[in-house]
Amino acid sequence: MARYLLTRAWQSALTLLMSTIVVFVGVRALPGDPALALAGEDRSPEALEAIRRHYGLDQPLPVQFAQYVERMAQGDFGVSIRTGTPVSSMLTTALPVTVELSVLAILIAAALGVGAGVLAAVRRGRPAEWLANGLALIGLSVPHFWLGLLAILYLSVATGLFPASGFVPILEDPVDNLHHIVLPAVILGTGLAAIIMRQTRSAMLDSLSSDYVRTAKAKGLRPRAVITRHALRNSLIVVVTVVGLQLGGLISGAVVTEQIFGLPGFGKMTIDAVFQRDYPVIQAVVLLTAAAYIVINFFVDLLYSVIDPRIRVTGDPA
Amino acid sequence: MTVLTVPMAETGTASITRRTRVLRRLRRNPLAVVSFVVLALAGVIALLSPWLAPYSVDQTDFARTFAPPGTAGHLLGTDDLGRDVLSRIMLGARASLQVGLLAVATSLVIGVPLGLAAGYFRAWDAVISRFTDLLLAFPFLIMAVGLAAIRGASLGNAAVAIGIAQIPGVIRVVRSDTLRLKSLDFVAAAVVDGASDLWVLARHILPNATSVILVQATVAIPAAILGEAVLSFLGLGIQPPAPSLGTMLATAQQFAARAPWAAVFPGVVIMGLALAFNVFGDALRDALDPKGDRR
Repeated sequence: MARYLLTRAWQSALTLLMSTIVVFVGVRALPGDPALALAGEDRSPEALEAIRRHYGLDQPLPVQFAQYVERMAQGDFGVSIRTGTPVSSMLTTALPVTVELSVLAILIAAALGVGAGVLAAVRRGRPAEWLANGLALIGLSVPHFWLGLLAILYLSVATGLFPASGFVPILEDPVDNLHHIVLPAVILGTGLAAIIMRQTRSAMLDSLSSDYVRTAKAKGLRPRAVITRHALRNSLIVVVTVVGLQLGGLISGAVVTEQIFGLPGFGKMTIDAVFQRDYPVIQAVVLLTAAAYIVINFFVDLLYSVIDPRIRVTGDPA
Repeated sequence: MTVLTVPMAETGTASITRRTRVLRRLRRNPLAVVSFVVLALAGVIALLSPWLAPYSVDQTDFARTFAPPGTAGHLLGTDDLGRDVLSRIMLGARASLQVGLLAVATSLVIGVPLGLAAGYFRAWDAVISRFTDLLLAFPFLIMAVGLAAIRGASLGNAAVAIGIAQIPGVIRVVRSDTLRLKSLDFVAAAVVDGASDLWVLARHILPNATSVILVQATVAIPAAILGEAVLSFLGLGIQPPAPSLGTMLATAQQFAARAPWAAVFPGVVIMGLALAFNVFGDALRDALDPKGDRR
């Protein structure tokens, strides 16, 4: 176990270092002088010189990289070119929105996906399975931002059941907060639910035909008990795996969903930054996403080895 | 996945019967037939859309803006500028398929050799795994954001961003199939015979790995089509006035309450294309499954 942990930690650290290099190089690949990009409106030679000195752009590249890593580690992502506010404070207001949206979407997707997957496996060959399979295929194929558009059109604008856009912080008014975020979370969860459903179904089918389930049945355990006790434990692994693998898709999806529902999160901040050519913000967003992805997946792997002891032995999540 | 390998299936004559068996299974699956017909039709329409489309994509008609579907001459209605929705959808679908194929081609060109190398040469495995981890750390949208910042937003950059994001998936399936094939007798026989690594990879492993590559490509194309729609919707992909299903949805969003058809039809087409690919991909995987009628 300790050895597995150490290997994974080392691999994650290496990936983190490499992605930092990629972003560092990417920033230098931006069109034009980086100082010019950082300067925004004030492009006088004195201002550019000051920026070069402040960001160490006059130093050799390895020195620049070391300074860069140091700044990032301290949470100093620079200042937004457009608004003049520090990128770090923009992040502290935007991130909670995205985290709440994503966590809620994962919960909804897990509930829907596991439920439908178990149902499809248990009712094999019956209409319920066909329905669940069909819905999962549609869930995989539907552009969820389009679903969001339709939901706003037919559920918000037409009936007024949900607010069409905007956000209320959870600390201010938890009920109103939920009212604003539940529809976007359902929309974001659809694709994930479809993937979880398909994996759950196939994992369930495997375990329902396995020896240990046959033994449990032979012992005289009631079918319901067999399903809940033996099979559902496996679906926990499925959910954790899918969330780990689909994290990238979830982040991408959150960006679009926020854009459609006007949620002031990480995604909206990202898209606004692209159109305003707000390079410090873009850089922070790209780097932080990579870091978050690496760190979360490290913890997913840990969780995984807690749920499924076999992985600790082989070190290979099959 | 437990792999039951039938050694005979990998030799010359047996692979012909295997192909006929797969085709027969596909023909007998109504879903496979329907999705194939849909895809073939979509392909033909996309190829010929510049000639088939009733109007030119940027032909405006300010006397007939927001014409509802069924209006004479405009089967699917018109948009805010009086442009024909059907014509724009036809050319938009063409762009979607282009991005889909371009992205998947990108991911295969880079991913297949890396997957073969990772599975065949033990020493390369760790290095390629770290490369995969690195790619995975940048979700496609974030990759597209970075590329758009560096090189500007365009169809090509959208396809590249999606393609790069799909490389890890290709590496994973090709690597595991290479590992499986490497352990089979006919590969060992070729090695004993004195065949070079490159020869074994090109002559014995790659041809036998084509079925998993094919399945991976069939599920990657719909993902790429959805990806293109997202990027174009956000303004990071195909740039207006060039028609794309994603940009059509982005403009339709502004007047969706007034002309819902402009927001509904492009989405239906995206979903239809992706669904057809996904259904066909499922059918293909089942047909290729040596365990036969498990599903």
